[in-house]
Amino acid sequence: MLKVENIDVYYGAIHALKGVSLEVKEGEIVTLIGANGAGKSTSLQTISGLIRQKRGKIMFSGRDISFSPAQEIVRMGISQVPEGRRIFANLSVRENLEMGAYLQKGKEGLKKTLEKVYEKFPRLRERLNQRAGTLSGGEQQMLAMGRALMAQPKLLLLDEPSMGLAPILVKEIFSIIKEINEAGTTILLVEQNAKMALSIANRAYVLETGRIVTSGPAQELAESEQIKKAYLGG
Amino acid sequence: METLIAQLLNGLSLGSIYALIALGYTMVYGIIQLINFAHGEILMIGAYAGFFAITKLELGFFPALIVAMVVSVVLGIIVERVAYKPLRNSTRLSALITAIGVSLFLQNGGLQVFGTDYVTFPRAVDKVTYKFLGGNATITSHQILILIITVIMMFILQYIVHKTKTGKAMRAVSYDKDAALLMGVNVDSVITVTFAIGSAFAAVAGVLLGMYYQTIHPLMGSMPGLKAFIAAVLGGIGIIPGAMAGGFLLGIIETLVSGYLSSAYRDVVVFGLLIVILVVKPTGLLGKDTHEKV
Repeated sequence: MLKVENIDVYYGAIHALKGVSLEVKEGEIVTLIGANGAGKSTSLQTISGLIRQKRGKIMFSGRDISFSPAQEIVRMGISQVPEGRRIFANLSVRENLEMGAYLQKGKEGLKKTLEKVYEKFPRLRERLNQRAGTLSGGEQQMLAMGRALMAQPKLLLLDEPSMGLAPILVKEIFSIIKEINEAGTTILLVEQNAKMALSIANRAYVLETGRIVTSGPAQELAESEQIKKAYLGG
Repeated sequence: METLIAQLLNGLSLGSIYALIALGYTMVYGIIQLINFAHGEILMIGAYAGFFAITKLELGFFPALIVAMVVSVVLGIIVERVAYKPLRNSTRLSALITAIGVSLFLQNGGLQVFGTDYVTFPRAVDKVTYKFLGGNATITSHQILILIITVIMMFILQYIVHKTKTGKAMRAVSYDKDAALLMGVNVDSVITVTFAIGSAFAAVAGVLLGMYYQTIHPLMGSMPGLKAFIAAVLGGIGIIPGAMAGGFLLGIIETLVSGYLSSAYRDVVVFGLLIVILVVKPTGLLGKDTHEKV
């Protein structure tokens, strides 16, 4: 479904991604783990078209999207829940959700998608007219995910959904991610919480200073001594 | 008491013009953090467009107002595309300097094309003076017209910003451009729309200023532009209701100073006010709380 081939990304003189290749197949949950500054977020931002790679190619459903504008990438079915949630704090919860469906046409469809999102995140329904900035961290994460789902994506990119959340909320968020996947959305998940990520993913890639160093089935990586030592706290 | 009412009415009409101009500054600032110093010149071109529409095309006041808006909107979009868009990713300072350059270019271009003389703005609407409070206070039909047009424009703006999809996108872009991109918003077109709306407001202000002072001139946009900028800062730059409040407040302060002290102190007080705000509350009267929940 998604194929990233050998991309090189620079921030000025800094070489942030060095020949990164990865693949996500339809229906999978693939996770990209690694330390702070390894290039995980950069990878997602490049896929979404916010940053441009200098070399390499990104293919989605057989189409080359390497240089497609960001809105075209969303239209094709890739949505992202960015790091730090990045909800529109000055807009109401409902407006945030509507922004997620910015490219969707038709009021009927919008209503239906809204219903689906409320079903998944009942707490958002209670807070519809509240300014999004007044939500708690967990609610904001749910809003960010709900907003991305409003675009009815084929592929959902999640950047650190567990960041800053209490362990109980992290569990809840991960089980929702699993549900979203089971309902038919393919997922590429970036996480620092490698243990949680590996527990729900099919396959995983490990990123270290801009390079993919290991990849394989998630379960295998979770059991590997090397990964345990480096990312799972012994 | 009568003088006070008269001054307040004057202040309100001048203030509404400032408010119209300030809205353009504040909207553009809200969306790309640029003080568009060419805004006063967009106003001037709008005033001239209105002038030619009335004198050469022999249009009535309202059709002329529409012509002025269209001309200013086109100019505003051209300025944004040619001068500012290429600098979107450079420092704010280069964009600011460019804005000053565009302003000077349009001022001097105006002097070249329209000449350096003051031109009498045609009286497209009859000026009737209404007396009230036993004949001691007066209000003119022009003042009433200015107020009504301003209020209508503000309602239109509130509607666009809060009830339309474009308005929602504008608020989203002004809060977080990258997040808006991830929603599939075409940020460039939203910026263009913002300039277009601001320019339309400037054109209305230009025509109203022509009517208010009864003359127009290629440099006419410069001083009201600066004052409206102060109004926008006074209310809190980037905040739409702030620009409205700031504009009215500034107009009233100005006329009160002219009426009770001396018109010689008018500008001193207004610019002094800018310094005071910047020292005491740089975020303006309605300044937003920048704290966010993490």
